[in-house]
Amino acid sequence: MTLANKPASGPDNAAEPEQPPVPEGHVRLTIDGIEVIAPKGELVIRAAERLGIAIPRFCDHPLLEPVGACRQCLVEVEMGGKPMPKPQASCTQTVADGMVVKTQLTSPVAEKAQRGNLEFLLLNHPLDCPVCDKGGECPLQNQTMADGSASSRLIDEKRLFEKPIAISTEILLDRERCVLCQRCTRFSDQIAGDKFIDLLERGSGQQIGIGVDAAGEVPFQSYFSGNTIQICPVGALTSADYRFRARPFDLVSSRSVCEHCAGGDAVRTDHRRGEIMRRLAWNDPEVNEEWISDKCRFAFTYVTTDRLTTPLVRRDGVLAPASWTDAVTAAAAGLEKARDARGVGVLAGGRLTASDAYAYAKFARVALRSNDIDFRARYGSDEELAFLAGYLPTLTGPNAVRYADLESAPTVVLVAFEPEEESPTVFLRLRKAVRKNGTAVHAVAPLRSRGLGKLSGTLVKALPGDEAGALDQLPELDETAIVLVGERAAQSPGLLTAVAELARRRGARLAWIPRRAGEVGSALAGAAPTLLPGGRLVADPAAREELEKHWGAPVPDRPGRNGEQIIDALVGGELSGVVVGGVDPGDLPDPAKALAALEAADFVVSLEQRLTAVTDRADVVLPIAAVPEKSGAFVDWEGRVRPFDAALGKTGAMEDGRVLDTIGVEMDVDLYTQSALAAQTELERVWRAIARPAQALPAGRHEGVLAKGAEAVRQLLDKLPGRHRGLTLASWRMLLDGGTLLIGEPHLAGTAKPDVVLLAAGAAAERGIEAGQQVSVTGPAGSLTLPAQILPDTEMLTDVVWLPGRVDGVSTSVRLGATVGAQVHVEPAAQQAQPGGPR
Amino acid sequence: MSFLDPVKGFGVTFATMFKPVVTDDYPRKPAAPATRYHGRHQLNRHPDGLEKCVGCELCAWACPADAIFVEGADNTEQERYSPGERYGKNYQINYLRCIGCGLCIEACPTRALSMTNEYELADDDRQRLIYTKDMLLAPLQPGMEAPPHPLRLGDSKDYYARGPELLAQQGSGPAESGAAGEPGAAGQQGTAGQRQEGDA
Ligand code: SF4
Ligand code: SF4
Ligand code: SF4
Ligand code: FES
Repeated sequence: MTLANKPASGPDNAAEPEQPPVPEGHVRLTIDGIEVIAPKGELVIRAAERLGIAIPRFCDHPLLEPVGACRQCLVEVEMGGKPMPKPQASCTQTVADGMVVKTQLTSPVAEKAQRGNLEFLLLNHPLDCPVCDKGGECPLQNQTMADGSASSRLIDEKRLFEKPIAISTEILLDRERCVLCQRCTRFSDQIAGDKFIDLLERGSGQQIGIGVDAAGEVPFQSYFSGNTIQICPVGALTSADYRFRARPFDLVSSRSVCEHCAGGDAVRTDHRRGEIMRRLAWNDPEVNEEWISDKCRFAFTYVTTDRLTTPLVRRDGVLAPASWTDAVTAAAAGLEKARDARGVGVLAGGRLTASDAYAYAKFARVALRSNDIDFRARYGSDEELAFLAGYLPTLTGPNAVRYADLESAPTVVLVAFEPEEESPTVFLRLRKAVRKNGTAVHAVAPLRSRGLGKLSGTLVKALPGDEAGALDQLPELDETAIVLVGERAAQSPGLLTAVAELARRRGARLAWIPRRAGEVGSALAGAAPTLLPGGRLVADPAAREELEKHWGAPVPDRPGRNGEQIIDALVGGELSGVVVGGVDPGDLPDPAKALAALEAADFVVSLEQRLTAVTDRADVVLPIAAVPEKSGAFVDWEGRVRPFDAALGKTGAMEDGRVLDTIGVEMDVDLYTQSALAAQTELERVWRAIARPAQALPAGRHEGVLAKGAEAVRQLLDKLPGRHRGLTLASWRMLLDGGTLLIGEPHLAGTAKPDVVLLAAGAAAERGIEAGQQVSVTGPAGSLTLPAQILPDTEMLTDVVWLPGRVDGVSTSVRLGATVGAQVHVEPAAQQAQPGGPR
Repeated sequence: MSFLDPVKGFGVTFATMFKPVVTDDYPRKPAAPATRYHGRHQLNRHPDGLEKCVGCELCAWACPADAIFVEGADNTEQERYSPGERYGKNYQINYLRCIGCGLCIEACPTRALSMTNEYELADDDRQRLIYTKDMLLAPLQPGMEAPPHPLRLGDSKDYYARGPELLAQQGSGPAESGAAGEPGAAGQQGTAGQRQEGDA
């Protein structure tokens, strides 16, 4: 082995054989005279990084496969005493035993090569740093300033392109600035799986452009396109949203956690003078790595759109601004009266931080003396609550599923869960697992979605409502398998029980992944009618007793009403009042009834960020802080606590917990949730004392419960032959469908997937429907007309029609009057254009 | 102590009485400062009236006193304020902070920012000393048109590549620095002390 220069040790002991042995699977090499032991297959650039030697680079990215496109990382390499004829790209060169690497720090050859390459990359670069969004944080700018030559030898005209072109409504591409590093194209190909951006042409005409698929069509927009802006090492990719709005030195960066899904993504919130300018992915290798979805990146304008700043109190039928003191007193008095009349329910909503959810949970029990509280602003069943009671304790147990487990699991089963739409970070991790480790993904679903296609998954066809029955068709699972079940499982009676039973029987690990960020935390904090903080049951006297010790107040023993029952009780006059957190009635299974309930209620307190249908019917409206304005913690689907501090600290907006605490004081009870920290500390203390972490799910209490609903569906189907037969409605919400947190963001909305009706080829042919044709889907309450997209019969059940969960801001099941699993009528639309068409 | 000492003492006083005065007759006859004097800033225009500022914030970046605030925005074909893609939508200089160093002028890549000779920058109200874009923009000269308006002198590149030529075509454009359009700045050379006196 030739280790010529070994600077640290003196010349005499260099000869001594005291070198530590190289561990198995490792090699020894020298970089800039420093000896380093590196695992086989490691790239030279990484090995150098570990020594603190920064080799300049543009195309290299640790999460993307190496390409060696930019040639900026050239170093001199010597193998077996012989130098390689030309400088080598250290980002594609793997380490080898006895290799001697000289970087720009020790080799004039490498230094000259890098300097020359920089000049080459700048040949056609417009040098418009003053108007470029990347200016000030640009690797190309920084490296040129540090090591580039001050002048260019180019005397010809630079290559010009139209600037900028729109890759989507959100992403703009300035080809003049591009250094063709292919980070963006590799991202779209390797990470997202959407070929929305591609390398086109050859030679000096080579450029990045809008990707077209094999059929020559521009494929769908990607939900992950924003990541390319962040990894582009120059300012070639920018967002319509952040364009020209600020400079890096204007921005204050805060570490935050995304409030849009249960993925718990770490994000960097960059704000200027109290206004959020942009959000970036924060590198969190255990959770989101360096990626986030576009919703997470761009949907923050809601924070500054139409915000409510003063409390409102209804006097003589009119909501009028009031002081906090007046509003809180009015709320407390009204709630006390309503509680003492027939009781008050709490609809908490699924977007709460754990500390706020805890405040609601405690407020309901201690101040309102009732268990009538539900965090689920969606379809939720009692079976789901029973499932959660068994499932939640496993989250703190040793068998909880983590992102890393998804990556290494040989088999992952998705039940009533569409990761790309409902939990994009999980989708990316699954895709990585599939690409890297060949994980087999099986989805129990009515159709093979595009997302499943990108996971190279297998479809186990299941009629909506009958997923439980289809579980039998899954391949044999063992304890290495992971089952991921979505919140939609609650819509299918018996499914959660069956899934839990399946996981328990086979020893497979199970994770429940809801859509909203606050759901797991809310369930753990006890914001549910049958659950106490710590995941213990209300029905368990020992749990109540323990909790009473901590709260110093009695915990009501009567099991509470769930969200639907609270609404029924309000309509039926069995409850007098209701406290509503950030709930959009449009998200509830029956919005009309929910609004009727609010009208029927004697007293409604609404904690909201802006005027909504709920505040219109409220007696007291209390403005609350948006997530970037408060501190707290989300609990992601893994059960991992994701704490964050307020990014915008000085808005004066108060979090739900503090507002409830203040109302509590007026009602003579102490919640001790006056700050997120206080609430969190108490929640943790209570949790530690009363929770019972579990190794595995308990045996199914509902064993044998089968999909009765699905059975009925099937009988109905058998009776109706041919084209007059209805189709079973399948539907789920899309990532970008105009939800509450997406307001004020037209550029992002433009990247939503077009609304379509999905039909199997068989069903379409039966009805004479062709692809692209307008199709009406009619249910008892109304109909919806959208263009048809047709899937082969192998990829979709022929007796199913799929619709997006929300079209033009209206829930599809509400519009049709048909829930998922119900029968709807499908036919080609009459000629005239209908509302609710493609946006 | 000699009896002549008081006379010696007054000697300085009496001698000075017969020397020429160095104080200025401010504010009646304000002195004209040297042409390169660092006075109030001005945001210059292209010969057709479009703004030179591209909202790049380099001036704000360079400023050691953090006196400048800039917010850029996108030019559109319907609403164009400067050639190119970007313009300065919001521009403010806080003269309570500015130390008149001129580093911002050096930083400006488009020569949008220059300094006039106006030195009467004193007031008793903080708000009035934060100059906004409308106060800093150079007055429109003959032949200029207030933005927003389309490019009148060719494409975006021409504005930069053929500046002097365009200026000559357009007739008398605005001077980039100096006292053009600054009638109030004429007069005697200003110093900080005198300015205070003038305002008192
Ligand atoms: S657009 Fe950016 S990321 Fe894509 S190839 Fe060009 S420089 Fe690289
Ligand atoms: S003159 Fe100096 S202190 Fe004044 S604004 Fe310019 S850079 Fe800042
Ligand atoms: S004045 Fe000059 S440096 Fe300042 S923002 Fe405008 S163009 Fe940029
Ligand atoms: S970083 Fe090595 S070739 Fe680009």
